[in-house]
Amino acid sequence: MTVTQFVILGAALFAIGLYGTLTRRNAVLVLASIEIMLAAVNINLVAFDAYVLDRTYSGQVFALFIIAIAAAEAGIGIAIILMIFRNRHSAQVDELDAMRY
Amino acid sequence: MSLSDWLSHAENWVFLVIAIPTLAAAVKVVSTSNVVRAVLYLVVTLSGTAALFILLGAEFVGWTVILVYVGAVIILFLMGIMITRAPQGMEAELSHPLRVQMPAALLSIVLFAVIGSAVVDAFGWDTLMVADDATRTASIAEVTFRRFVIPFEVVSLVLLAALIGGIVVARRDEEVTS
Repeated sequence: MTVTQFVILGAALFAIGLYGTLTRRNAVLVLASIEIMLAAVNINLVAFDAYVLDRTYSGQVFALFIIAIAAAEAGIGIAIILMIFRNRHSAQVDELDAMRY
Repeated sequence: MSLSDWLSHAENWVFLVIAIPTLAAAVKVVSTSNVVRAVLYLVVTLSGTAALFILLGAEFVGWTVILVYVGAVIILFLMGIMITRAPQGMEAELSHPLRVQMPAALLSIVLFAVIGSAVVDAFGWDTLMVADDATRTASIAEVTFRRFVIPFEVVSLVLLAALIGGIVVARRDEEVTS
C-alpha cells in the first residue's frame, strides 16, 4: 500500500462532500455531506499516522477527537434544524433568508 | 512503481474492494433523490472508512466510527428526517437547480485536482508500512490519558456543552408559545 492512494481517496471523498454541501437544499442532507468531509479528514489522519509510524499515535487520537466533535456537531445541527422547522415549517436551506438583506 | 506492481499486492485489492463502494455510496449520498436512501448510503460510506481504518491497523478508531456514526449519528439523521417530514422522491426539492450544481461540481473537481497533484508530487509511490499487528487499544489509551489528556478533557467539555445546548435549542419555548 502507498500513502498516496489513501490521501487521494480522502481528497475524492472531501470533494464529493463539498459538492453535496453546496448543492443540497435539505438541511439534514447538508449535514450528511459535512459528515462525508469529516470522514475524509479522518482517513488522512489515520493514513499519515501509519505512514510516519508515530509511537505517540497522534493521528489516531486526533481522529478520535474529530469523531467526538462531529457527533456534537451533528447533535447541535439536528437540534437547530428542528427549531427552524418548528418556527418556519421548512428545512430547505435556501428558504432561510431572514438575515439576507 | 507500475500499476501491475501495485496490483500484485493482495492488500491493494482489499483497498480497491473497500474504496470503490465507499466512493460510489458517497456519490449517491449527494445525488440521490430520496432523503432516507441518502442517509442509508451514508452508512455504506462510513462503514467503508471504518474498514479502511482496520486495514491500516487502527482497529480502535474503526470500531469507534461504527459505534458513533453508524450507531448514533445515523439514527439522529433519520429521526431529523422523519420529524421535519422532508419530501420524498422529489428531485427538484432536494437539490439546488443546475445553475448552482455546475459551479459546485467545477469547484469540487478543481479542489480534487489540486490536492491530488500536490499529494502525488509530494509522496509519489512511497510505500506505507503497516505494522504486522494492529495498534493496541491499550497504547491508544496510554497516549490519550498522558500526552493528550488536556485536549481529551476539553473534548469532554465540548460534548457536555453540546448536550446542554441541544436540549435548550430543541426544547419548546414556553414564553413564545403561551
